[in-house]
Amino acid sequence: MKELLSGNEAVARGAYEAGVRLAAGYPGTPSTEILETVAERYPSIYSQWSPNEKVAFEVGIGASIGGARTLVTMKHVGLNVAADPYMTFSYTGVGGGFVVVSADDPEMHSSQNEQDNRIFARFAKTPFLDPSDSQESKDMLLTAFEVSEQFDTPVMLHMTTRISHSKGVVELGEPAKVAEKKFVKDPAKYVMIPGHARGRHAIVEERLDKLREYSESTPLNFIENNGSDIGIITGGVAYQYAKEVAPDFDYFKIGFGNPLPLTRIAEFVKKHKRVIVIEELEPFYEEQIKAAGISVEGKKYFGVQGELSPARVAKGLAEAGLLPPVETSAFAAESLFPRPPVLCPGCPHRGVFMALSKLKVTVTGDIGCYTLGVLKPLDAMDTCICMGASIGNAIGMEKVQGAEKGVVAAIGDSTFFHSGITGLVDAVYNKSNVTVLILDNRTTAMTGGQQHPATGKTLMGDAVGVIDIEALCHGLGIRNFRRVDAYDYEATMAVIKEEISKPGPSVIVADRPCVLMPKRIMDEPYVVDLELCNGCSACFRISCPAIAAAKETNEHGHPKAIIDPTLCTGCTLCAQICKPGAIVLKGQFVKV
Amino acid sequence: MMSQNRFDILIVGVGGQGVLLASEIISQVAMDAGLDVKKSEVHGMSQRGGVVSSHIKIAPKVYSPVIFKGKADVLVSFEQAEALRAVDWLKKHGLAIVSRTRLVPAIVTSSKEFSYPEDAIGMLQMKVARTIPVDADNLARELGDPRLVNTILLGVLSNYLPFSREQWVEAIRKRVRAKFIDVNVAALERGRLITLETTGATR
Repeated sequence: MKELLSGNEAVARGAYEAGVRLAAGYPGTPSTEILETVAERYPSIYSQWSPNEKVAFEVGIGASIGGARTLVTMKHVGLNVAADPYMTFSYTGVGGGFVVVSADDPEMHSSQNEQDNRIFARFAKTPFLDPSDSQESKDMLLTAFEVSEQFDTPVMLHMTTRISHSKGVVELGEPAKVAEKKFVKDPAKYVMIPGHARGRHAIVEERLDKLREYSESTPLNFIENNGSDIGIITGGVAYQYAKEVAPDFDYFKIGFGNPLPLTRIAEFVKKHKRVIVIEELEPFYEEQIKAAGISVEGKKYFGVQGELSPARVAKGLAEAGLLPPVETSAFAAESLFPRPPVLCPGCPHRGVFMALSKLKVTVTGDIGCYTLGVLKPLDAMDTCICMGASIGNAIGMEKVQGAEKGVVAAIGDSTFFHSGITGLVDAVYNKSNVTVLILDNRTTAMTGGQQHPATGKTLMGDAVGVIDIEALCHGLGIRNFRRVDAYDYEATMAVIKEEISKPGPSVIVADRPCVLMPKRIMDEPYVVDLELCNGCSACFRISCPAIAAAKETNEHGHPKAIIDPTLCTGCTLCAQICKPGAIVLKGQFVKV
Repeated sequence: MMSQNRFDILIVGVGGQGVLLASEIISQVAMDAGLDVKKSEVHGMSQRGGVVSSHIKIAPKVYSPVIFKGKADVLVSFEQAEALRAVDWLKKHGLAIVSRTRLVPAIVTSSKEFSYPEDAIGMLQMKVARTIPVDADNLARELGDPRLVNTILLGVLSNYLPFSREQWVEAIRKRVRAKFIDVNVAALERGRLITLETTGATR
């Protein structure tokens, strides 16, 4: 049977066909849909969101040691969080097969950096498989489990945004019959005290030698001979781009990327006049091939930044003198106004950032929809580094600058559970004067509304208790705890102002659910009384997509405002800041 | 014109307009017709009111899921200004199908720095002779649901792809929830009435 599946859906299908018993992860673009699909379509697999990637990875290790085939999913920067267990799990090796999906984001469509996690797999001395489309995503996951069990190693499945989010035709298979394994007590393997770990490191090095042999013989690394004297070495989506623009060259496609099959590559290179390595981001293959004394070219034609594309690959090959120059587009694009992503109409973050902007405090930010608070006209965020960083950043800034003007850490609820709690412990322990603003919209909004420890539901839909942020803060020793309605602009501003002037750490929970998830909130829309509207444009500066310029203007020719009733959620924020009181509910519309 | 069974289609619009559903339906039609198909789009931050694009590549065997810039056979734009932003993806003599929809972002309203083009469709027609402007918002309202814009545009597109009306209807059945199938089929039919000839856009 054939189905049109995204790379992520194909991985989920692969987990089902591979007999995976446990799948865990933390949401992060472009990896999120893997676990969502597992939970939705393959409920026979136990799946869960963990509070962060480290915990997810550790849950996965437990399941693997317990004997189960295990899948762990995360975005590239998530693997940084899970790096600690990853590096040592490489030493212990697995029980049941273990695959970690690292979904990288070249071009940073939805990320803070574009690190190349193939390097991570090598750092951890583990193999990685590098699919180039949906079909391979599924097939390679199945192989990855076999490799994991055969060589007693965790294996990375290296995905990228284009693989995860592109759809292609996939031939479905049947679930494999996997022999049930049980936990086997083996402290020398699983308890990494130095004496055991030294022994395991030796095993890891032997394993790498065996994997090198495997890499030389596996059909995942294959040659396509077209009788050309030009050879291309490539893998991942770059293979597809190259095949599209230069189908007649010879190809060495790398599907099993660590360790590299350097003997076969040397033979391939010897048979060709020139060999070009085409890979996205870092010169990962190129450097290793060159270090082995094999002469290839690569990055000088393609660069190390951003995504490749058919056009970029064609340009690089043209620069190498191997393809004719790329023609420029027949039509020139217009340089238009930008259309940046914006906070949704009714988003509870909007008023909070308006208040922070007005108060002119330093705001250390975090990862989520609310990072959009940095954009003009809100312009109310000063740092954003990684998940959970806002609180530590605020503490450090406050320690060197003093707390006089106030430093506020703005962090979402899911991010707070991910890695904000430890920062808050630091604030209490080290007597910091920071104010931590938890933007509690009760979901993981940025990635599409996933459950987390305070939503009351699990990934598989079970009702569970809600972790109480207030009780948690109380337990940590936070004495200044406040809760404000994020839709109440004046109150939010007043509370922030009070808390930043208090000594010791404060926590303010800005309380309002996301307007999109889990259910769409649509209250009665507001309207603009054009006779009262004086065209002051204050409401334009809150950057709400529901507010637009009317045809009517004031005496200076400035446009008055209108509200799109299909977009307005009735959040009241614009009405609160409208000085002439022109923004009202229909029933309150007063003809003067 | 396009060769018989290879089509590169770029759909652009703004987050929330239904670009992704439209590209699902096109891909389904192609797959059911026995062709290879890949489609690519980017999720995440871009969906928060930003520009959304979907690449669809149909051929007997497709490699790249992404179109070669400047080689798209058809550009379908759900918003008039977005067609101007994406027109450099279109090949020479390519076809542009563009909704008259205007979505003016807050950044234009709130700052004097930016403006929205007065006549984006006219500007597009100056560049691309084979432009089909579609009054999709009004047609959708006439059909009783403003969300039908995407299916109307699919109807227009269907005139230029080698799949039968029945194949399109079948794909809609597979991809649209049961209670919305009939209105979507009606929207497809309405779109199928619109061609270069009916809009008098040929040059």
